[in-house]
Amino acid sequence: MKIIGFIIVLLCGGLLAYATSDFPYWGDPASPASMHVSAYYIENAVADTSVPNIVTAVLADYRGYDTMFETAVIFSAAIACFFLLRIFTPESSQSKLYRHIPTGITLRIAPGGKLPEKSDTFERIDSSWVPHDLIIKTACRLFIPFIQIFGLYVIAHGHHSPGGGFQGGVILGASIILFAVSNDLRSTISRMGEKITAFLCSAGVFIYAGTGALCILLGANFLDYGALASLMGVDPVSARSHGILIVEIGVGITVMAVMVSLYYILSSGGQLDEGL
Amino acid sequence: MSQQFPALIIIVPLLAAFFIFTVSWINRKLCFPIAVLSLAISLVSAMGLLGMVLSNGPVEYRMGGWPPPWGIPYYVDYLNALVLVVVYAVALINLLACRQSVRREFPDKIGSFFTLYVLFVTGLGGMVVTGDAFNLYVLLEIASLTGYALIGMGKGDAALSSLNYIFMGTIGASFYLLGIGYLYLVTGSLNIADIASILPGVYDSKVVLVAFIFCITGLFLKMAFFPLHGWLPNAYTNAPSAAISLIAPLTTKVMIYVMIRIVLYLFTPSFSFGALHVGSVLVWLSAGAIVMGSLLALGQKSLKRMLAYIIVAEVGYMTGGLWLGNTEGITGAILHLVNDAAMTLCVFLAAGTLMFKIKPSVAGELQLDDLAGSFTKMPYTMAAFVMGALSIIGVPPFCGFFSKWYLLSGAVTAGHYEFLAALLFSSLVNVVLFFRIIEIGYYGKPGHRAESGHSIAHMDEAPLDMLIPLLLVAAGLLAMGFYTDDIVTHVIRFAIPAGIV
Amino acid sequence: MHDLILAIMSKYNYWIYIVLLMIGLYAMMVKKNLVKKIIGMNILQTAIILFYISVSAKKDGTLPIIIHGPHAGHHPVRAADYINPLPHVLMLTAIVVAVATLGVALALAIKVYQQYGTLDEDEIHTRIRK
Repeated sequence: MKIIGFIIVLLCGGLLAYATSDFPYWGDPASPASMHVSAYYIENAVADTSVPNIVTAVLADYRGYDTMFETAVIFSAAIACFFLLRIFTPESSQSKLYRHIPTGITLRIAPGGKLPEKSDTFERIDSSWVPHDLIIKTACRLFIPFIQIFGLYVIAHGHHSPGGGFQGGVILGASIILFAVSNDLRSTISRMGEKITAFLCSAGVFIYAGTGALCILLGANFLDYGALASLMGVDPVSARSHGILIVEIGVGITVMAVMVSLYYILSSGGQLDEGL
Repeated sequence: MSQQFPALIIIVPLLAAFFIFTVSWINRKLCFPIAVLSLAISLVSAMGLLGMVLSNGPVEYRMGGWPPPWGIPYYVDYLNALVLVVVYAVALINLLACRQSVRREFPDKIGSFFTLYVLFVTGLGGMVVTGDAFNLYVLLEIASLTGYALIGMGKGDAALSSLNYIFMGTIGASFYLLGIGYLYLVTGSLNIADIASILPGVYDSKVVLVAFIFCITGLFLKMAFFPLHGWLPNAYTNAPSAAISLIAPLTTKVMIYVMIRIVLYLFTPSFSFGALHVGSVLVWLSAGAIVMGSLLALGQKSLKRMLAYIIVAEVGYMTGGLWLGNTEGITGAILHLVNDAAMTLCVFLAAGTLMFKIKPSVAGELQLDDLAGSFTKMPYTMAAFVMGALSIIGVPPFCGFFSKWYLLSGAVTAGHYEFLAALLFSSLVNVVLFFRIIEIGYYGKPGHRAESGHSIAHMDEAPLDMLIPLLLVAAGLLAMGFYTDDIVTHVIRFAIPAGIV
Repeated sequence: MHDLILAIMSKYNYWIYIVLLMIGLYAMMVKKNLVKKIIGMNILQTAIILFYISVSAKKDGTLPIIIHGPHAGHHPVRAADYINPLPHVLMLTAIVVAVATLGVALALAIKVYQQYGTLDEDEIHTRIRK
């Protein structure tokens, strides 16, 4: 197997190296890739959409259709993980661990035994529990609001600086995963539950596709934000800028919810009770 | 409204998918009707589009209002419109038939199953109708991801088979992306029609040659062309029946459509058949694929695995038909694409229905011997299965005969007698395979697996909502056979670009 | 000889991506552990992303954000001043697709582990055959 693999790799690599002899030089401003379509984008983005960040303009307006399907890809990844792993009735063959807080004694309840009632003296711990570290917990609690504000800034300022929906959504999702890593999974789920995460997943993509469908209802083609001008009361070019912002918000919501949902399902093996 | 048909075809299922997932948390019973409604609307739009193309010629729809190549267009011509109708018809009929089987296999995940189902069909439909090469990659990945999840939920070692499918599928999609990147490097555009107009100036560049090789290799990986077919038998055998009767007829056929689109419309025939002399090599490889697929199917004891190897052979038919390079061969390939989708749907639906009713002796896989006596117990299902079998063998007046006829005459015209021999060999093998099943079903005694325990079994036919779609498809095979001439003269003849003899 | 060295030095970014691509492909084909294969898949996709991004570079070009904002109009924008934004847009999509594929592959790997208790391919095949 190793020899076959080696031969295939050498063949593919050789073929690709053979092709590089005809490539344009790296960084050549007159190469075919830099002329034609991308030159049009650079020269006309501000005039057409009034968004200075050309990448955002191309992503959400000229090629906005691609971005909608990209959001659908990440949505289907969340659905796929949910479909594959999620178990609603957890196996009762695992023993549960409880800790008595005043004394620090750990109780292991065998399957089928009686669980301690909800009170302040007993807390449920994971099978791979480490003693809680005050420094990590406090530091993360202090960081998380700022990370979230930064994530919102990245989404909102995507028009004028590098950023946009995907980047901001990942930062927001990372803040919630940070909370889950520093505390435990159950407290994160109690704050941001599974149902609300699933709803946000669909809501974000729905905003994107819904904006496009709204454009159809207003008489233009799908995702032609100029049609929203009549709804918003501005000229078509600014309407494009606002349309881009709306879809970026939708993308951000979906990406955040999907990151969180993927973490929930993958880290607990589908059962959503004991995480990392 | 009819101007918006191209958009409606994709948007309605997409919005429905998001809706189904949200609704499934509230009320599970609504998921199925929403899915059926959305696919029905798409099917009506697809048929409307076909009518528009037949009367007025190709239709272009601009997403976001931007003209190509700045924006992403949908370009619907004869080839597209036909395949689009096929995709949505297969999906809708399968959806109607699979409801009970879904309720039995995943009772608590009905909502997410239908979401994945509708997203899969949306991905395939978008792939067929788009006019932009990168958009095709994104839609390919949507269809692939949902396909991996649908297959991974089967019994047995479905998870491992799906993981192997992920590995090979990702290599295929990445090679395709690499090829598109190389084309972008030398042309500066991503639009299929635009690249086709710029490419003739750079035909002698090594970059274009390597781009062609990588695109086609990537597509071969995704369509399970021998010897890159390793993922297909395991993945298709272990998948749940409701999912496999959707995935099996459609995935490989849409990949073959993409190959036809790229070879004929992106790299125009003057490059694919003229500048590059790989046509003969690929016809030999296709003949090899047909022979190997048929031989491997002979040795199988499990019904679904045998059908999976038949699919490998059918892929060889269509690839060889395209690379023959003459009008009859390409007509045969396109006609076989349409026919094979229907035939595969028929046999896989029948297999799914049989699995629903008969308890298999080996866990998860229905062995051929389990079908003993099924002609008396389930006559309608077996009748439909026999009709599908006759169509795959190539018996007139079923549709399979006509597409094979075109492929055979194309092989004779091009002088590729090895392809002719392979086609005849595979027809003979199919006769052996299916008559073996018919013999077991007709003459075998329904043994220890009979539901009632009597040696003379009474009819224990499948439920009506699985039977009616199956009989519909089987009747469709006959109807498509009768209307072959119309399909070829009105649609397929215009789908082949000028420049092919 | 001088031409060969010139050819290699002026296109070294392409050589790097080819090496990465082949490492990823080799890992996917040859390694027995499922997680190592998944990592190889990720390396393969990252190499292709690197290729596209390197295509977008331009000598003396700056970030593709028009410097003076929407109220410019003083001097027309010249395409040679800014790097090519299109491959960046395409690669945003490709990165998202790679992450999604990684997520689904990991979910399937967890399922395989729950079923067979091991992630080594040879071990799994012996357990299937039993």
